[in-house]
Amino acid sequence: MSVPLSLGPVADVPLSRINPVAQLTAIGIVTLVLLTSLDVVTPAVVLAAELCLLPAAGLTDLRELWRRTWPLLLGAASVGVVNVLLARDADPLTGVGLALRVIALALPGVLLVAATDPVRLADALTIHWRVSTRFAYGALAALRLAPLLVAEFEAVRLARRTRGVEAGRNPVARVRLLAGVAFTLLVGAVRRGSRLATAMDARGFDSGVPRSNARGSRLRRRDAWFVVVTAAVCALAVGLSVVSGAWSPVFVG
Amino acid sequence: MARGLGIRHASRRAWALAGVDLVVEPGERVLLTGASGAGKSTLLAALAGILDPESAEQTGELTVDGIPPAAARGRLGMLAQDPDSQLVMTRAGDDVAFGLENAGLPAEEIWPRVDEALRAVGFGYGRDRPTQALSGGEKQRLVLAGALARRPGLLLLDEPTAQLDPDGAALVRSAVARATADRRTTVLVVDHDAGPWLPLVDRVVELGPDGLVEQPAGWRPPSRAAGLELPPAAGGPVLLTAEAAGFTYRGAPEPALRPVDATVRGGTALAVTGGNGRGKSTLALLLAGLRAPTTGQVVAAAELAAGVRGGGRAPVRWRAGELVTRIGTVFQHPEQQFLTGRLRDELALGPLRSGSGAAAARATAEELLERLGLTPFAEANPYTLSGGQQRRLSVATVLATSPRVLVLDEPTFGQDAATWREVVTLLAEQRARGCAVVAVTHDADLVGALADAELAL
Repeated sequence: MSVPLSLGPVADVPLSRINPVAQLTAIGIVTLVLLTSLDVVTPAVVLAAELCLLPAAGLTDLRELWRRTWPLLLGAASVGVVNVLLARDADPLTGVGLALRVIALALPGVLLVAATDPVRLADALTIHWRVSTRFAYGALAALRLAPLLVAEFEAVRLARRTRGVEAGRNPVARVRLLAGVAFTLLVGAVRRGSRLATAMDARGFDSGVPRSNARGSRLRRRDAWFVVVTAAVCALAVGLSVVSGAWSPVFVG
Repeated sequence: MARGLGIRHASRRAWALAGVDLVVEPGERVLLTGASGAGKSTLLAALAGILDPESAEQTGELTVDGIPPAAARGRLGMLAQDPDSQLVMTRAGDDVAFGLENAGLPAEEIWPRVDEALRAVGFGYGRDRPTQALSGGEKQRLVLAGALARRPGLLLLDEPTAQLDPDGAALVRSAVARATADRRTTVLVVDHDAGPWLPLVDRVVELGPDGLVEQPAGWRPPSRAAGLELPPAAGGPVLLTAEAAGFTYRGAPEPALRPVDATVRGGTALAVTGGNGRGKSTLALLLAGLRAPTTGQVVAAAELAAGVRGGGRAPVRWRAGELVTRIGTVFQHPEQQFLTGRLRDELALGPLRSGSGAAAARATAEELLERLGLTPFAEANPYTLSGGQQRRLSVATVLATSPRVLVLDEPTFGQDAATWREVVTLLAEQRARGCAVVAVTHDADLVGALADAELAL
C-alpha cells in the first residue's frame, strides 16, 4: 500500500526541544494578539517571525511545505479576495491584512504538528496541565488508528463492487454509495476501537491507580525564553503597527 | 479455575458454555482448543474479566488465584488476534512501558523492565523502533512484551497467530516459548489450530458440544484433509488470462506486483502462492476485475465476456452487475463485504443487483442457507456470526450469482478444521461444475487438496 498504515513518531527537529506546553502557550499569545488586531502590519510582522521558525521545524522542503499548507493558503487567499471584492469600502490592504491574519493564525499549528511527537504532547499535557490521562492517551491510541481507515476505505469500496453495488455515473448513487462505505468504515472503526479499549484495559489503563510517566516531561529555561520571545515579537508587531498608524484593535469602535 | 461454569449471551437462547470444569495449576501451560463457535472466546473473556455482566448471564464459579477475574485483572496478561488494535504508542519501548505506567511504577524502574521484556521475547530492534515499521509477527511479539513487562501470573493467548502468515506465526510461538521458559507464568492458549502449539504446552483440553474433554498425552489433532473425498476437476476452456499484468500504486517507488502471466481455466483450481509482499492479493484484485493493471492486461475469453454491454473484454471495465455473474470475489476479511442486516437479505442481494426477480433471488437465498447449514441464522445479522460462519456466508453470497470464475483471497485463513473442510468441499463442487477457482493462499494443505495448477510469485 502506498499509504502508511499507522502514524509514526515525528522526526526530531530543533523545535522539538521546546516543550509542547510552551509551544501551546506561545500559540495562545499569538492567537490572542492576532484576533484582536485588524490591521495589516501586526499579522505581517508575526508571520515574518513564524516563517523564521520553519527551518527549526524541519520544513525547508518547499514541496513538503506546500503539501502541508495548500488548503490553508487557498483559504487565506479566498478570504482576502472575497473581502476586497465584497467589502463596502474596498481597500486592497484590508484584504491582504485578513489573508495574512489567517495564515499567521494557522501556521503555528502547522509548526506544532511538524515538530511535536504526539506522545510527547500527551506526556506534557498530562504532567504540566493535568489533562486527564484517560483523555490524552485514549486520544493518542485512537490517532494511531486513523491512517488505517484510509486503506480500509479502498478495500470496502472494492468489496461493494464484488457485491454488484456500484454508482457508475449517477451522482446521487455516488453520494449514497459513499454514505454506505462511510457507514461500513464507521462500524469497523467502532469494533476496532472497542478491541483497542479492551487491550488497554487488559494492561491496566485507567484502573484507578495514579499513572506514572516513563518518559517524563521537563520544563527548562529555554521553554520560558520561547514564551518570552514570542510575547516580545507580538509586542513589537503591535508597537510597529501603532507607530505606523495602522493599528485598529477590534474592541475599539 | 472454573467449576460448573455456564455463560449465556443476552441476545441468544442457547448457552454459549454450560457445565465447564477446568483447573489450571500455577506455572502450567494449557492449550484450550475446539471448533469455532464452541465458546472458547467466551470462556477466555470470562477469565480475563472483560465479559460485560449486562450482556451475559453467568452460573457456577470462576476464580483466578481464588478471587473473581474482574478483581484479578492486574495479575493477567493478554494477547489477542489483531496486532493493530493492541498497540497504543508510536515507539516500541513506549508501548511496552504503557502497562507499567498504568501500574504507577516510577520511571527508573520502568526502563529496566522494558528492556528485560523486549529481550525475553527476542525483539530484534531498539526501544525507538517505530511500531508502524514492524511486521504483523513482530507487532505481536511487542504486544507480548508489553503484557509480560507487567509480570502477570496468568498469560491468556487468544488465537494470537490467526492473522499472521506462517513465518509470523512461528515468530510469535517462539517468543511465547522463550519468554515463559522460567515457568513463573501460567499460560492458557486458546486456538482451534492445535498442532503448532503442541510442543509448547503441558496438556490439551478440547471444548466441544458436551463440555470440556481432557486429551491424553501424545494427542494429535486429526489432519483436516484426512479422508476428505473431493469431486474431481472437470477441466474446461480458458476463461481469463493475465498477460504481463503488473501493478504499481500511485507514488510508490516499487511495484506491488511485478508483471506476471496467468491462465485461468474453467473446471480447474489455480493456487497463487508466495511470500508476503510479492503481490498475491494484488494479482487477485486484477483477475477479479477490481483494479486495472498499470502494465500489461487482463483479458476475459469471449465465452466469459458474452452478453456484456459493449462487448468489452477487460473485466475491470464491466459494470458491477455484469461482473458478479461472471467473476465472484471473496475477500480475506468477510465483514468488509457484508451490506445488509440479515443473512437472508445478504444472500438475495447479489441476484437482485444482477437482474434476477425478487422471487428467484429469494429462492436462491433459501437454497444456499440450507446447503451451508446457515438456515437457523437466516434472520441474524451477518456481523454477529462466528468467524467460520462469516467465512461460509461470504463464499455463499458470491455463489448466489453463479459466476464462472471464483477468486478467493486466503479462503481458509484462520479457519477451524470443520470450516476448512466445508470451504474446500464447496470449492471442489464448484470446480466440478465447470467453474474456475483461483485461490491466493499460504495454506499448503489447501494447495495439496485442491490445486490443479500453482502459480508461485
